[in-house]
Parts: sequence; structure tokens; C-alpha cells
Amino acid sequence: MLVHSRGTKWAVWALFLVLFLPLFALPLLVVLGASFATHWSSILPSGPTTAHYSAATRGEALQALTTSLVTALAASLIALTVGTWAALAAAALPKRVRRLLDALFVLPVAVPSVVVGLAILVAFSQPPILLNGTRWIVIAAHTVLVTAFAYQSVSAAIVRLDPAYEQAAASLGARPGYVLWRVKLPLLLPSLTAAAGLCFALSMGELSATMMLYPPDWTPLPVLIYAATDRGSLFAGSALAVVLMTATLLVLLAVSRIRTKASYR
Amino acid sequence: MVRRLLWALPPVVLLVLFFLYPLLLVVQQSLQPDTGDTSLQPYADVFASGAFREALWTTVWLAPAATAGCLVLGFFLALVIAFVPFRGARAVAKFIDVFLSFPSFLITLALLFIYGTVGMANGMWTDVTGAAEGPFQFLTTPWGVLLAEITYFTPFVMRPLLAAFSHLDTAQLEAASSLGARAPRIVRQVILPEALPALAADGSLVLVLCLNEFGIVLFTGAKGVTTLPMLVYGKAILESDYPGACVVAVVNVVISVGLYGLYRVVSRRAGA
Repeated sequence: MLVHSRGTKWAVWALFLVLFLPLFALPLLVVLGASFATHWSSILPSGPTTAHYSAATRGEALQALTTSLVTALAASLIALTVGTWAALAAAALPKRVRRLLDALFVLPVAVPSVVVGLAILVAFSQPPILLNGTRWIVIAAHTVLVTAFAYQSVSAAIVRLDPAYEQAAASLGARPGYVLWRVKLPLLLPSLTAAAGLCFALSMGELSATMMLYPPDWTPLPVLIYAATDRGSLFAGSALAVVLMTATLLVLLAVSRIRTKASYR
Repeated sequence: MVRRLLWALPPVVLLVLFFLYPLLLVVQQSLQPDTGDTSLQPYADVFASGAFREALWTTVWLAPAATAGCLVLGFFLALVIAFVPFRGARAVAKFIDVFLSFPSFLITLALLFIYGTVGMANGMWTDVTGAAEGPFQFLTTPWGVLLAEITYFTPFVMRPLLAAFSHLDTAQLEAASSLGARAPRIVRQVILPEALPALAADGSLVLVLCLNEFGIVLFTGAKGVTTLPMLVYGKAILESDYPGACVVAVVNVVISVGLYGLYRVVSRRAGA
């Protein structure tokens, strides 16, 4: 509709492909291709093998995958609870206080993740709360990082919520707790699951803060991928990366199914 | 009112305990190392070091350059998907969504295979020309980081832009075009003003994410490219110099939060 002449249209599409394919499609294809190869120094990978995958799905790698999944699950559930609570509480407050809360909860996005990692490491290596060396420090760091995103997307959804529903429920005598549980939260459910998916994906791929504070017995998958590529095992690292991407996508798919079920109600 | 404030208290307490208090400790450590009195000596030491100044400079030019690249590229690609649609444009939009859920270091990992010293591009070059080594040696320079950042963060610009474009009434485009306006003019006078708030908001987000990016730089494994987050990691974990790391962290936070705050104020003024 913007471009009418056939020639220009094709020229625009050609330029789109020339930019899009090498920049966005190629990297993912390359990682996928490399994960099945042992050698790659010309146009196609060579030495086909599935050995990287059998290594990537047992022992240390399998443990790292479970570590990542548990960390991401815990972090996104806590972040969703805290973020939703904060967003709901902020929505009921006067505009100026709400602005302050908005700024406060969005701040972790602007602060570098590495610094969040350093700060949590410094704070919880000393009394009163000692978390350094435990899995909880990793989970705490991930939770802090993703809570900002949960808060942002839930508070955006609250703004779009039609107040007529809760007013109707309240006018029929429903108590605030009942309105929250039976009216507001069900209406927010699609945004809540979307936020949960976002938090989960972010936590699965988190590397910066994790590098600062992971204990040796709680190594998430991205750290293992870095360790593999750092010692030159790029192909094994690719297989681990494919495992990470697949696990993330599977969980996101499951989460999006909750959303479609909710939207039918 | 008091009850409502009390309801907001639990999440705020958690945020203070796990985020603000740790940040304050970092500031305190940067001014007052475990042994010794409060002084600005750590700052003087860090500012005087060449590594810090180089990292500061690299961070400060790389992030706006990557942001500019993302905005231009993202605007063009979103424009084509929305207004010059082709078969499969929807699939491309879906692919962008998927792309967003992957970690940034995957891009660097892929680039190592494509442009690395023994990677695809150089391998092809040496096969064709018979030369001893290929011409693509930019991966361990800031240009490699720039390419990776533009690749990774462009989808962050495209998705909100596509959402903004879907609200745009196509009748406006038809009207402009039937009045004889050509495509560049329609883009400039109809589409761009409509997309400006989204561009401003995304630009500020991507700028901050680029300033704070760590995975991409870590994976290039280049000693030649050090950004502020990389320096924080190096000082704290590799050198165990915590006061130094805290100083760099404070500088990094001031730059990132300052720029982010500035952009939020500016884009609010602009009506975003």
C-alpha cells in the first residue's frame, strides 16, 4: 500500500531480505548447524555428529539445565508475585506516590546487571544475611532483575483494565478481597502469563549478574556455555545453547497455552 | 490512604532489602574500603588508570552508535513488514518475538562461526583466493561488538514499532498517496510522526541495554574491547579488587540511570 510500482516493491523486498537473513536468521541457523558438527571452516559445517547432544543432556550439562530451570521458575514466580502486588498497590495510590513507585521498581532495568550482581554479592557476603555460596544468592539476583519487567507489564495492563467491572462487583456488595480474586486477577490473567513468560525467558538467559555470584554447585546453563566457548569448545557450546533455546521455547509454549485457555473464559 | 500505603509496603521493603540496600553498600565500599577511612582515593586511582578511561570511552561511543543503528534498521524493517507486506511477513514478525526470548551471547557465539578467524567467511575467502588468512578480522574489535549489539537489539525496536504501526489508520496513507505524495514523503510526513513516541521510548531502552550489555562483550573474549560492565567483572572476579569494582560500578550506574532518567523526562515532555 505504501509502494505501488512492482519494480520498487521487489527492490524493497530484496533489500529487506539482504538485511534480514544474514543479520537475524543466519546466527540462529549457524548455532543450530554447528551443534551437529565438529568442524566449520568453509561454507558448510563438516563432520556431522550428535555427540555434542549426548554430552549436553547428561552429567554436568543436565544438572546445569535443571539448575537454570529451577532458578528461572523460582525467580519468575517470586517476581510475578512481588511485581503484581506492587503494581496493584501502586494503582490504588495517588498519582505522585505512584510515579515514585514506578521509578523505584523500574530502576533495576537501568542499573547494569553486572552491578546488580556485584551489589548483591557485597550485601549478602556479610551479616545479617549470609547467602554467598548458596543457590539463594543466584535466585535473589535473578528475581531482582526480572521483577522490574513483571511490574512494568502488569502495571501497563492495570491501566488498560475497565474499572466498570470492579465497580459493578463492589456495588453488588463484593468485598475488596473478593473483587481482587474473582474480578481483577482473572481479567489480568493474560497479562500475568505473558509477564511470567518474559521473566522466565530473561532468567533462563541471564549471564551478567550470574557470572558475579554463582557458587560452584549451582551453575546455570549460560555459565556452562561460556565456560565451553572460553576453552575453545565452540561446537559443544552450540549444542548447549540449542538445549537452552529449546527448553526456553518449550516452557514459553506451555505458558502461552495457559493464556489461550484463559482468554476463552 | 494509610491503609493503601501499608498495602504497598511489603513489595517496597523487599525491593529496598534486595536492591537499594545492596546498591548503597556498593557506594559505601567505593568510598570506604574495608580497611581505612572515607576518602576519594579509590576514585582518584580508578580515574587515573588507562584501562578505566579506555573502557569509559568504548562504552560511551559504542552504546549510542548501536542504538542509532538499531533505530534506523528497526524502522526500515518494521516499515516493510507493516506497509509493504509480503507472503510470510507474519511469520517474520513471529520470528522476531522468538528472537527476543534468546540471550544476547548467542549472537556473539554465532558470529564466531561466521566471521571468526577460521569461520565461514574467512574459510570461503581462503578457499577461493588461496590466501593464507581471510579479510574478516573485526570480531575482536569494537566493530564486532557493535555488529552483535545491533543484531541483538534491533528486534527490541521492531516489536513496539510494529504495534504502533498496527494502530495507524491506513486510510491516511491511501489519502496521502491519492493526493500524489510519493513513498518517501508519506514515510516522512505521515508515518514518522506517528512512530516518533515509540522510537523515542525504544531508543532510550536500547541505549541503556547497550550501555549495560555484558554477555556480548564477554563472549567476544577480546582483550581489546573493554566496556564498563566488563571492567566491573574483571576487577571484582578476576582481580578480586572489590573497592575498584565498586568505583567503576558507581560510575556505570550514574551514567546509565542518568541517561535513562533524562530520556524518560524528555520523551514525556515530547508527549510519549
